[in-house]
Amino acid sequence: MRKILLVGNPNVGKSVIFSRLTGVRTTVSNYPGTTISYTRGFLKLGEEKVEVIDVPGTYTLEPTTEAEEIALQMLETGDIVINVVNATNLERSLYLSLQLLEREIPVVVALNLWDDARHRGINVDLERLRESLGVPVIPTIAITGEGIKELVENIPKATSPGTSARSRDHRWATIGGIIDQVQRVDHRHHTWLERLQDASVKPLTGGIIAVAVLVSAFLVIRFIGESLIGYVLDPLFNHLWAPVILSLSDLMGGSGFLHDVIVGKIAAGEVDFVESFGLLSSGLYVPFAMVLPYIISFYLVLGLLEDVGYLPRLAVLMDTIMHWLGLHGYAIIPTLLGLGCNVPAVMATRILESKRERFIASTLVSIAVPCAALQAMIFGLVGERGGQYVVVVYGTLFVAWVILGIILHHLVKGFSPELLIEIPPYRLPPWRIVLQKMWMRIYGFLAEAIPIILGAILLINVLYFFGVFEAIADFTAPVVTGLLGLPREAIISLVIGFLRKDVALGMLAPLPLSATQLVVASVVLAMLFPCIATFVVLLRELGVVNMFKSAGVMISAALVTGGILNLIL
Amino acid sequence: MPHGNLVSLTQMRPGQSGVVVRIQGGFGLVDRLNALGVIPGKRIAKISSMIARGPVTVEIDRAQVAIGFGMANRIIVELD
Repeated sequence: MRKILLVGNPNVGKSVIFSRLTGVRTTVSNYPGTTISYTRGFLKLGEEKVEVIDVPGTYTLEPTTEAEEIALQMLETGDIVINVVNATNLERSLYLSLQLLEREIPVVVALNLWDDARHRGINVDLERLRESLGVPVIPTIAITGEGIKELVENIPKATSPGTSARSRDHRWATIGGIIDQVQRVDHRHHTWLERLQDASVKPLTGGIIAVAVLVSAFLVIRFIGESLIGYVLDPLFNHLWAPVILSLSDLMGGSGFLHDVIVGKIAAGEVDFVESFGLLSSGLYVPFAMVLPYIISFYLVLGLLEDVGYLPRLAVLMDTIMHWLGLHGYAIIPTLLGLGCNVPAVMATRILESKRERFIASTLVSIAVPCAALQAMIFGLVGERGGQYVVVVYGTLFVAWVILGIILHHLVKGFSPELLIEIPPYRLPPWRIVLQKMWMRIYGFLAEAIPIILGAILLINVLYFFGVFEAIADFTAPVVTGLLGLPREAIISLVIGFLRKDVALGMLAPLPLSATQLVVASVVLAMLFPCIATFVVLLRELGVVNMFKSAGVMISAALVTGGILNLIL
Repeated sequence: MPHGNLVSLTQMRPGQSGVVVRIQGGFGLVDRLNALGVIPGKRIAKISSMIARGPVTVEIDRAQVAIGFGMANRIIVELD
């Protein structure tokens, strides 16, 4: 099967063109590096079925980053290249185009963001551009789908003009010549969007904007999450599902091992969805009514921030602080992702250049960045005892993040590279794309979390039945009760944290814990060890040796922090 | 012959513009900046810099690029 490669700079809508061509839904973002793990799909070219590959965004074929390295390797395997070019910034895009034309592979150019270019007063003479490059050039507007049909029709016309290899200076000179010929830029006043763009990377206004953006993001996430729980999911479970559970409980005789596994423990004719721990009670309530609402609201807001193009600006603002932790500003992106789920966050650390940075960033995320599922439970259970306790949990995690970062920065050998990123213009993302991405992520959560949650609840019931937890509790009692000041039963929750942290925190609900004990338990649970899904990804990304080191840092940090909290609270 | 006002990007004030004359660094740095279109001969305008040795944001070819302090220090610009 022939392979068609989509090649272009980051942030030019390559992934949107990809999903237009293949119909496969892929994640499309506004920051560079998003497609470092590439996506493939299929396209019908007349009778022929061809494979389409979305190559990671690259500026040059003389690789300077890992993503560009991958792009170059993938280029060797392709048959045709669709070079996606940014019509609003031809100068930049053409450098890669010229390099592609120097290779012996047929190329067709998709001149994307065509509408954007015209709005900004940039006029491109298509005929002359075709002549200068010697390949088909098709203007496209990927987000509306305009020009995609013509692009597909022109794939068979892709040619290789067979330009001989040029030096870097020669390429830039050639680009200068082409630009003079084909591009005319009308002078135009700054728009309010551009003013806002500049304001968000200046120290004072940028700081104010960042605080405003993050605070409103938090408020919107809470508002949507709470509303979904309070007005939709809680009523659904309490009024529709609870009666079903109760009749099922009667049917199964009201007690016994099988009864407890399926419907959970029922006390006084009422279903406590958090504490009962049956597959059909807590097993459904925890993921759907406690966690899912926050997953929906978090990913909606994160997706908006990504697609508007705010995150690279946050990277600029955070750069100095991130340098204290041995990272640079760009590491804020995996960190924010971690607030949704640590799995994609650890994967996103690949956008950082060095092994050292990836080690520090993924260790810090695993320790001190609670995922949305855990946060939902913290809000639900700790928040019940008073908002100040939630503040203590978050404050502790944040302080731990900073202190551990500073320590790792000094302990891990190497230096921290510097920030160098393109800052895309603000764009108002089409809702279709934002919602599509949100759905992809929610689906990912459901597909991944539900089986593990149900499995964890089943396992907990079985282990209880055989008294395994008793043995573990006896064995670890000195640490748990002595150091952390928690009842010995809490160890069970910490162990289950390896499966799912939301379920683990739920297990603490029936225990008679004081508010402080709940705070200590939440913090230790968050820090102690990653859940199994994150663990697998960490193992893959860091390797066995570094995973052991990372785990060592996690366990000691959790015990020290928990011990200190137990002493001072 | 370069004449007059040669400054590094970090010394430039926000709002000032000029032409990149050279990059004082090894191949690695030159390559990475080349990829983003920061090359000698290009017009460049400084938009902002963060306090406490933070990154410098510039506009080059109508695109914005954020450059870490140490790197920005090694990009020499002739002011208009």
